[in-house]
Amino acid sequence: MMLIFDFALFLEKFSLIVVVILGLLGIALYTTFAERKVAAIIQDRKGPNRAGPFGLLQPLADGVKLFMKEEIIPLTASKWLFILGPCLAMLTAMMTSAVIPWSSAIDFFGRKVDLQIADINIGMLYVFGVVSMGVYGIMIGGWASNNKFSLLAAIRGASQIISYELAMGLTLIALLMLTGSLSLKTIVEQQMQTGIWNIVYQPVGFVVFLICAFAECNRTPFDLPEAENELNFGYHQEYSSLKLGFYLFSEYINMFISGAIMATLFFGGYDIPFLNEAKLAETLGGNIVAIMGVLSLLLKVVFFLFLFMWVRWTIPRFRYDQLMDLGWKKLIPIALVNMLITGAVILWLNK
Amino acid sequence: MQALTNRVKVLEQKPMSFMERLYFPVILKGMGITFSHIFKKKATISYPEEKRPFSPVFRGLHVLNRDEEGKERCTACGLCAVACPAEAITMEAAERKTSEEHLYREEKYAAKYEINMLRCIFCGLCEEACPKDAIYLTETFAPANFTRESFIYGKEDLLIPDPKTQPTQLLEAKGLTDNQITNQKTS
Repeated sequence: MMLIFDFALFLEKFSLIVVVILGLLGIALYTTFAERKVAAIIQDRKGPNRAGPFGLLQPLADGVKLFMKEEIIPLTASKWLFILGPCLAMLTAMMTSAVIPWSSAIDFFGRKVDLQIADINIGMLYVFGVVSMGVYGIMIGGWASNNKFSLLAAIRGASQIISYELAMGLTLIALLMLTGSLSLKTIVEQQMQTGIWNIVYQPVGFVVFLICAFAECNRTPFDLPEAENELNFGYHQEYSSLKLGFYLFSEYINMFISGAIMATLFFGGYDIPFLNEAKLAETLGGNIVAIMGVLSLLLKVVFFLFLFMWVRWTIPRFRYDQLMDLGWKKLIPIALVNMLITGAVILWLNK
Repeated sequence: MQALTNRVKVLEQKPMSFMERLYFPVILKGMGITFSHIFKKKATISYPEEKRPFSPVFRGLHVLNRDEEGKERCTACGLCAVACPAEAITMEAAERKTSEEHLYREEKYAAKYEINMLRCIFCGLCEEACPKDAIYLTETFAPANFTRESFIYGKEDLLIPDPKTQPTQLLEAKGLTDNQITNQKTS
């Protein structure tokens, strides 16, 4: 076997990865700011507006503050696992971005560059695998802290994420029956061709998926692993400085990624609504259409981010038994029935 | 039990309706409420740029008064210190020399007059106790500081500017704008 090393491909993918990672970090930075602003305006306040114009430098100030804090590793903590926890959380949050198709291919000096780090044919399964790995960040961090609150939070987080993954998987099976492909790129292209987004076929599936996404990201009303008033701070209570920052950042990156996945699976990904991209590409050129596609995807994600925040500042936290009740007794049956009906309808239409 | 007022509201403890048990529509309703708050007027006052007006009876930092000729009114009788429930006021009296008649109104004056603003509870009893109209509470409050010592205000902090020698500063201390000050000077 000959190993052909395509240097241009390596460079292309490498630069894409760098752009995506830096972009994700920047977006996470400003999502914290957006969270504070949204919380403020929903609560009839003004929010941060002192650092820079409209308070836009506030996230930088927060970041610098996190850097300056003392890095503490508790004496009784398991040192390596304590460091591994936030690394894993960040890593898994970032890894999911590898299969998201950001837009159609652009033409870069005669070279066709796909705006997707890896178009693997098991994209959806990959997302699933990585997302379920995300629970290790919480579990290891909570366990290594050697603190009863952290441990309790870690156990809560683990069981919550495992419970909600089931319902999430079942909704995706229904979607899979519809699309017939696991590749995210193919799913988006199908939606672009028909012009009908998957949300039209799978409204119930989307709602279940959305609720599960909230649970997977540990966002209110499912933020039991970091319930401030029950567990002080939950799994990251013993963390300080940049390791705490990693945990907080990974939460926002998770939110962004799950928003992107929801947009890809149910809302046509980088599809611009009511527009024929192929026709537009002939008049405007493929690159401009691709950039418009990125913007369209980002706009959808921003909407989901706003939804995440909006819900956070509306609904109080579930009790633990209510959480389990909702996950096992409501969402899984709904997802199962949804799956059955979808399968039956597809069979009936195909005769 | 007989109700004392007619404002009693009896809560109905009826079981939840179907729509309420579904939970999802109720969430949407709640989200509608929070969304409407985005467009409501904000309660925040951006403090240094915007200031809330004080009530006319607001009791803030003290000043030591002078009379029209710029003589200090305080005679160090000590009534304010006696009246002070927080024991924030200390003073030392001194006798006026013959050459100092333009500085002090009475034969006795306060050589040292200190108010500890950390002890003071701004009750205004000193103002009421003063027989010479010498101490007044203004509408400003003590600014933040880093050391405790800086909160002990001496005579130099408390005395108002001399209307004879520093008329502009006095007007400024009264909180008038530059425009108003020039108007007062010309008239």
